[in-house]
Amino acid sequence: MRPLLARLAAGDLLVGDGALGTMLLERGLRPGQPPESLTLTRPEVLEEVARLYLDAGADLLETNTFGGSPLKLALHGLEAETERFNREAVRAVRRVAEGRAYVAASVGPSGRLAEPYGDTSATALSESFRRQVAALVAAGADCICVETMTDLVEATLAVRAAKDIAPTIPVLATMTFDPTPRGYFTIMGVTVPAAAAGLEQAGADAVGSNCGNGVEHMVAIAREFRAASRLPVVIQPNAGLPRTVGGRTVYDETPEFLADKAKELVALGVSIIGGCCGTTPDHIRALRAVVDAARG
Amino acid sequence: MAALAELADAVVRGDPAQVAALTRDVIREGVPPKEILDHGLIAGMTVVGDRFRVHEIFLPDVLLAAKAMYAGMDELKPLLVRDGIPSIGKVVIGTVQGDLHDIGKNLVGIMLKGAGFEVIDLGHDVPPERMVETAAEQGASVIGMSALLTTTMPVMGEVVALLKARRLEGVIHTIVGGAPVTEAFAREIGADAYGYDAGNAVDVVKELLGRR
Repeated sequence: MRPLLARLAAGDLLVGDGALGTMLLERGLRPGQPPESLTLTRPEVLEEVARLYLDAGADLLETNTFGGSPLKLALHGLEAETERFNREAVRAVRRVAEGRAYVAASVGPSGRLAEPYGDTSATALSESFRRQVAALVAAGADCICVETMTDLVEATLAVRAAKDIAPTIPVLATMTFDPTPRGYFTIMGVTVPAAAAGLEQAGADAVGSNCGNGVEHMVAIAREFRAASRLPVVIQPNAGLPRTVGGRTVYDETPEFLADKAKELVALGVSIIGGCCGTTPDHIRALRAVVDAARG
Repeated sequence: MAALAELADAVVRGDPAQVAALTRDVIREGVPPKEILDHGLIAGMTVVGDRFRVHEIFLPDVLLAAKAMYAGMDELKPLLVRDGIPSIGKVVIGTVQGDLHDIGKNLVGIMLKGAGFEVIDLGHDVPPERMVETAAEQGASVIGMSALLTTTMPVMGEVVALLKARRLEGVIHTIVGGAPVTEAFAREIGADAYGYDAGNAVDVVKELLGRR
């Protein structure tokens, strides 16, 4: 496989994978149980989901490590397992990817608020991310996906931690924005231009957005990223906002709808298009078709 | 009063040291504690809440303002207790069992305190029994519940059912909120009210208690 950064630099267009959490819930993850705990008890489920996305045409397969930072795992009293969770999650995806897709190691928010508005020091956040990234890189991750970030301080600490631990590993950094009457902001008040500048300065190799409010908003967010940054842009939308129907969670945006809007993302020059919460292998298959058509 | 306006401003700016100092100043000048609370600290938090609602400021600004408000409350609390000045209502809040997300719940707590309520925050992963027992023991008139996961939302219904079983419905009101929670869901489980965001939650709690 050609190195990821070389492909992005050459202007290639790649397909990410879809949701993991919702797939794990359908496969026995109990509500309230940290998804990371399945990594040790049922690694075959991680392989199954990765295979579904690989077969659907994903070029990047994310690991079950979104909540794998020791600060986040500490909420469940599991921080001592940081190394095992992260290592085994990378290994599970690697067994499936076998050089046909990049193993994209997920790094999500710590769940803590940074000083001065919160009680967690920059040093503590940084240490936490470094410990997680060290385990991911040692296990053979091909790139790090810092994702679903809302605080630019925390996001940049994660990016810097990754680059400190492994200066050559590609780091994709994405944040989650909400539409407001005054434009797009994260809940912490970060705009797209501020995110693009801050993440690039911290050393990110690609910037963009994941999760959020559906693909239509993502088209507008992608436009802002393309205007604000020369880095490759990553866009991984939810299949809309979750709704509960009779106790079940449903996402309304169909694979066809996502694929149709993805054409606009392609036209904007987005480099990696994938999915987040509520997206399925069918969504990724539909994206693959759009991307293949665009690549000619 | 200019000194109270200055105090309110310091709350809006999120300057705890300044708020503590100004609160001590006005106490020394003999301004009644209730006035300091209403026209200084609460007035400041009202501005913060209004600006937050129209997305002029964001979570970090609110959290800093709250720290400043608490610094003033630390000075003022002993005097309010001494003078026997009651809060406008007592609310128990918490994120339901199985759910560890507490940013939204904390924000509701801040806004309620900023509006003059006494708030008992049980944190996250709170079992239904604990919510109900705490509210009953503390004489709270409202339980505010938060959930960020569709999988933990049903726990809210358990709290409502528990209140009913203990014949506390109507005595202790319930309000629910959180990203996946809707007005329809609140009705479905029999909760008394739904708040779509932290500012709205304060309005709704006031309505529940007939404070507006």
